[in-house]
Amino acid sequence: MDTWLNNGFPRSLILLLTIVCVCVGGARAQAPSTCLDCHAALDPPLQVTQAQFSQDIHAQEGLTCASCHGGDPTKADMDAMSKAAGFRGKIQRNQIPELCGRCHSDGAFMRKYNPSLRTDQLAQYKTSVHGKRLVQGDTKVAVCIDCHGVHDLRPASDPRSQISPLNVAKTCSRCHSDAEYMRGYGIPTDQYANYNRSVHHEAMTVRGDLSAPTCPTCHGNHGAAPPGIDSVKNVCANCHVFQAQMYDKSTHKAAFQSASLPGCVVCHSNHDVSLPTDAKLGTGSEAVCMRCHKPGDICDQARAKMLQDLTQLDGAVKAADRVLNVAESSGMEVSEARTEQDQARDSLTKARVTIHSFKTELVEQDIQAGLKIAAKTQAEGQAALAERDRRRRGLGLSLGIILVVLLGLLLYIRQIESNSGKVGTAELHR
Amino acid sequence: MFATLRKWIDERFDWAALTAPLRKKTVPAHDLSYWYFLGGITLFLFGIQVCTGILLLLYYRPSATEAFESVQYIMTRVQFGWLVRSIHSWAANLMIFTAFCHMFSVLFLGAYRKPRELTWISGMLLLFLAMGFGFSGYLLPWNTLAFFATKVGTEITGQVPIIGHGLKVFLRGGEDVTGATLTRFFGFHVALLPGLTVLLLLTHLALVQYFGMSVPPAVEARWKASPSEARQMKFFPNFFLRELMAWYIALGVLGALAAILPWELGTKADPFAPAPAGIRPEWYFMFMFQTLKKIPAKVWFADGDVLGILAFGVAGILWLLLPFFDQAGGRRGRRLVLGAGIFALSYIIAMTIYGYMAK
Repeated sequence: MDTWLNNGFPRSLILLLTIVCVCVGGARAQAPSTCLDCHAALDPPLQVTQAQFSQDIHAQEGLTCASCHGGDPTKADMDAMSKAAGFRGKIQRNQIPELCGRCHSDGAFMRKYNPSLRTDQLAQYKTSVHGKRLVQGDTKVAVCIDCHGVHDLRPASDPRSQISPLNVAKTCSRCHSDAEYMRGYGIPTDQYANYNRSVHHEAMTVRGDLSAPTCPTCHGNHGAAPPGIDSVKNVCANCHVFQAQMYDKSTHKAAFQSASLPGCVVCHSNHDVSLPTDAKLGTGSEAVCMRCHKPGDICDQARAKMLQDLTQLDGAVKAADRVLNVAESSGMEVSEARTEQDQARDSLTKARVTIHSFKTELVEQDIQAGLKIAAKTQAEGQAALAERDRRRRGLGLSLGIILVVLLGLLLYIRQIESNSGKVGTAELHR
Repeated sequence: MFATLRKWIDERFDWAALTAPLRKKTVPAHDLSYWYFLGGITLFLFGIQVCTGILLLLYYRPSATEAFESVQYIMTRVQFGWLVRSIHSWAANLMIFTAFCHMFSVLFLGAYRKPRELTWISGMLLLFLAMGFGFSGYLLPWNTLAFFATKVGTEITGQVPIIGHGLKVFLRGGEDVTGATLTRFFGFHVALLPGLTVLLLLTHLALVQYFGMSVPPAVEARWKASPSEARQMKFFPNFFLRELMAWYIALGVLGALAAILPWELGTKADPFAPAPAGIRPEWYFMFMFQTLKKIPAKVWFADGDVLGILAFGVAGILWLLLPFFDQAGGRRGRRLVLGAGIFALSYIIAMTIYGYMAK
């Protein structure tokens, strides 16, 4: 059988392609290094094992110890670490950002490895609290390796990475939750504990939503800094778009700004953001409005009206759900009403978002739309229950008729058999 | 009016001569006679299936985009549509149940023996067809559970050696379960299977009529020893009226099930959604499904699934030919068949319960 191999395809070309492939592959492979021969046997912090280094994204891309530390890893013994070979030794903490930036700020260089990777990390770092303090000589602040690790550095997409969404809060907490380490900076150290109680943390860890907010989502990563009072709303607005739009048009925006209050945080807190409930509009322990407003004032009246509306729609949706549940468990087909019920729930969600406009008439519109749907679905559920009862009455009647017919048949059989005899002797069949 | 009608028929067809065989037909009367009703009840339920199936056809639309909605429409908008659909679904399950009971009663009462081998074979083929009806009908509402159960079911068919892949593609109308599968299954369900069933059913009934009802071996021996004890019952009206009572009871049970536990519709199938947990076939396939699940992936050098399917295939063929083993083996053959029957019944019940209990 002819194949392209024995059918005139130049064998020399195949050979050439093979050689090219091997050469290109070799260029990407890790060059022989003598560094690990010694450093694998040393004690920490000088210890770097082959197992550790082979996990490093830089090593996987063909970079060697010399790429950061200089020297000549092809030479044996201390010649590899000689000044003549360009050995830089241990990189000082205040030099680390610049060292990493040599490659990571070079767009043309980084494009060869990962064209989608940003190259403004160093520039951003310089605007961060960490970067600014480092310039001032504070070497306790975080530099690249504190968050990303060193020698076994993994990309953020790797769930084992210190900076993967699931781990980054813990990475930040290594310094920020250490009261001793943070002494002198004048900031609290309970952020991580608070975050762990938040709805954002629950979304990330329980629901597995990796897009849920964690430290860098609000503070930035390389340019990490507190959002500042004026920009808090913009931070939250990255996800909570509609709430932010409503808040922007509300009277609260100007009021909060003039009182130097940090927008969303005033009612929802920052690190321990809990799942908002309608009770926030109430007057109980969870209530937030009455922290600023006086009982009986116009705002208190608006609060009470909005709470009453939300409670009414919530109750109506739950009541309709109850009826539909009973109908469904009775075997009635109510899937269409269930779909409509989702719209009523959407109206309730929308009303809860509209609360951020602090305008009762806008909230009222959403509430009325939801109430209309909930009333319809409840009526459909009740109709299904009435239909179920009608069917059962019909069944009772039918079974009664069947019973009467059965009795009639039984009596008829007895009658004809008493007249003519049921059985008689006969020859057996085959 | 009836007298006029009778006269009109008599003048043309000689009604008395036409109904003579019916009047002469008798049925053996003994303590186990009530087992004879099972075949009649299965026939009655088949009749219900035909009637309700025709009614469903008035509204059902066999396409992936409309099937679910059309069944939903039948259940919610069509007058008594819920009743027709629920009775169709319940009667299907009851029919297969009574067919299984009928098969085992025939086996344990020795009614398959010479000269009724062909009656047994035609009955077994009818049972296979009934299961085919169940398998094809299950997909027609195009709901999630049916979609994925059909996917699993047809995938198992694909394991059959040599013809498996071709058979799977034929059943699915392609490599995967799609709208083409639904259209195909609809065709099987309303045209191919009913056609074959009617032919086989007529054959089965003709054979029953020709050979008459079998007398169980123990009763037969007693009657042979003492011929005066042998009793016969007139088929019409005595046996027929009793059968009619059984049908009425079946109708009552069907009505009660349909009204109290209407057949669920579930959610519309989404081919792109992940398979939900707890995918199971209909109960009458459960013993095979559970067996295939429990067979190790490799048994010696052979693929476990293939081995299981081959084993069921061979068992099915042997079951079909059961009367001939009885005949060839004499008294020992009869004991062998009885033993096989007890084993099969125990196995089916145990594996079905296990299948529903296992997570």
